[in-house]
Amino acid sequence: MSGGVDSAVAAARAAEAGHDVTGVHLALSANPQSFRTGARGCCTVEDSRDARRAADVIGIPFYVWDLAERFREDVVQDFVDEYAAGRTPNPCLRCNEKIKFAALLDKALALGFDAVCTGHYATVVLREDGSRELHRASDMAKDQSYVLGVLDERQLAHAMFPLGDTLTTKGEIRAEAELRGLAVARKPDSHDICFIADGDTQGFLAKHLGEAEGDIVDEDGTRLGTHTGTYGYTIGQRKGLRLGVPAPDGKPRYVLDISPVNNTVTVGPSEALDVTGLTAIRPRWCGTAPSGPGTYTAQLRAHGGETEVTAEPVGEELRVEFTEAVRGVAPGQAIVLYDGTRVVGSATIATTERAREATRPI
Amino acid sequence: MAYLDHAATTPMLPEAVRAMTAQLTAAGNASSLHAAGRRARRTVEESRESLAVALGARPSEIVFTGGGTESDNLAIKGLYWSRRAADPRRTRVLTSPVEHHAVLDAVHWLAEHEGASVEYLPVDELGRVSPDALREAIARDPSDVALVTVMWANNEIGTIMPVIELARIAREFDVPMHADAVQAFGQLELDFSATGLAALTVSGHKVGGPYGIGALLLRREYAPVPLLHGGGQERHVRSGTLDVPAIAGFAVAGRIAAERRKEFAREVGALRDDLVRAVQTAVPDAVLGGDPDPAGRLPANAHFSFPGCEGDSLLLLLDAQGIECSTGSACTAGVAQPSHVVLATGSSADLARGTLRFSLGHTSTRVDVDALADAIGPAVERARTAGLS
Repeated sequence: MSGGVDSAVAAARAAEAGHDVTGVHLALSANPQSFRTGARGCCTVEDSRDARRAADVIGIPFYVWDLAERFREDVVQDFVDEYAAGRTPNPCLRCNEKIKFAALLDKALALGFDAVCTGHYATVVLREDGSRELHRASDMAKDQSYVLGVLDERQLAHAMFPLGDTLTTKGEIRAEAELRGLAVARKPDSHDICFIADGDTQGFLAKHLGEAEGDIVDEDGTRLGTHTGTYGYTIGQRKGLRLGVPAPDGKPRYVLDISPVNNTVTVGPSEALDVTGLTAIRPRWCGTAPSGPGTYTAQLRAHGGETEVTAEPVGEELRVEFTEAVRGVAPGQAIVLYDGTRVVGSATIATTERAREATRPI
Repeated sequence: MAYLDHAATTPMLPEAVRAMTAQLTAAGNASSLHAAGRRARRTVEESRESLAVALGARPSEIVFTGGGTESDNLAIKGLYWSRRAADPRRTRVLTSPVEHHAVLDAVHWLAEHEGASVEYLPVDELGRVSPDALREAIARDPSDVALVTVMWANNEIGTIMPVIELARIAREFDVPMHADAVQAFGQLELDFSATGLAALTVSGHKVGGPYGIGALLLRREYAPVPLLHGGGQERHVRSGTLDVPAIAGFAVAGRIAAERRKEFAREVGALRDDLVRAVQTAVPDAVLGGDPDPAGRLPANAHFSFPGCEGDSLLLLLDAQGIECSTGSACTAGVAQPSHVVLATGSSADLARGTLRFSLGHTSTRVDVDALADAIGPAVERARTAGLS
């Protein structure tokens, strides 16, 4: 229970359904701030108090578990390392994989609990053969199956998402919270990354990685400007490049490539962003891995749209071809494969193939 | 339900509830001069006299406060300020590393903001300060010691300090000593006048009185600088309208605690010994914290470290079985920290994370101990599976 409205309603629904529910708030920061500022961050002392208050109202026991050390190692350090390597990580996904459905789940199981129930918007379907499938939430606008796609079948077997199977909008969840007497009904949603309380990701990365000035170049290797750290850029980024010289054709330029090795950011026209295929690593399958190529819809980032792909496991990797070229595919992000609403599997994007290969500076 | 957390708070005694509720509907500010005020004042002064008898003090030595934390702060900060005002060299505060946070944080604040140098007297593996250590620390330079503050008995591991000897040494050097006796009251004999202490803290809700009331016993020659300024109600040391109902309830509870002390200590001590044996039988590698000699620890206290367990996990598992106890350590944002007390006795950090304190009180029965005896073995086994996260 984060102290937000979703997990509070999820807990209330689970308790109402007759489960023996215990509320747990995760302390993920060694030095939590006292108060929450606006919609930013979470796990402040105030959030912990809000969660405790919600548990009181629901009538369930409540505890705070300190997973700060695990979170620092598995999520925060991974986030920093990924940026340092020129990739764009998704820390929420990592947190689900390593903390909520690993460290937390393992401890809960050891203590005699059966499942971890969260306020995520996704649906677990129990098949007749006893296997479990992860599906998109009924409300596509709220669907969070993308950040849960890393869960394997064992993790799914111990997951409960009471908010996933209802057609609901956030407004209705808040109305339900209000009806249940939960004060968090009117609390602002959390955005951004919970461990970057002020929302300044660049400042956070600069503090952890230091500033390292380097060149911003075009596809020919011509120097167009400077940057203070490659981690400040994401593939497909257009804003904030601060290039003094306009492109010869006057068209906007986008980040095409980030190379921490030679500390260079390459920019170019939008068409150079077109990606026709990719290779992803660490595939996780919900169920058995497919034995050959298959056609799926894929999601390439949180809140991203769907795109049609052909995908095939090759050795330890996943090979993906796009039916139509897509833009703004960033290594480090997850690709989640769907069959209709069902999550088939997910993997971490390692390399992409461009329709028009950018000329990398030497 | 087995309530084994009386050291956190204990249910009010029916006699105290009656005394308190009788006052709740009566009008009258004890500082008012009219008849209603005089009536309230009479209740306060009778309560003061009653507590004075219970604690071996003179009535004028009892300063009512809002509780143990306030009493500790008033004694420590107030005496520090007044002693330093009399002689600016007096900035050294001698204390122990196993004090309650109301003491530790107050001396820490003095160090951070008021130029105090805090010296932590060493404790042995039972958490006890030795008189020799205090003598050595004061004798090094008696002129710069502002005060000594050492608890009468430890709230986590139950170890009784040699307070009377410590106070005698402090008095030899003319240094005021304060003792937090919140846990000792009702379990050990407290004879304030005989101890030579300058100040002593007691609290209402730990002895069957109401919350929000405590007292600082303060020898008449000391005038600590007040924390609260206002009407000067309590010897000009503590301002604020006197809480007549709480004072009445506290006085009755305090009187009964003192009257029944020997009998209570004997009965609860026997029950505690059974509890210790039951836990050690169910969990042979459980490590008893504090003094294994019953004479050296609070009769109502049992404290254990369970190797390989998280105290939090044990608490959750026992709570689910209706057994209510404490890890004994303080929480930061709801997150239990390894106990500073257990660490100070030389335990490893891992062992200090797996502690539970069981504390008995006036409502405890054999049924409570039996419930724990049944539950503790499986709980420890399960908590070990969960391990140290």
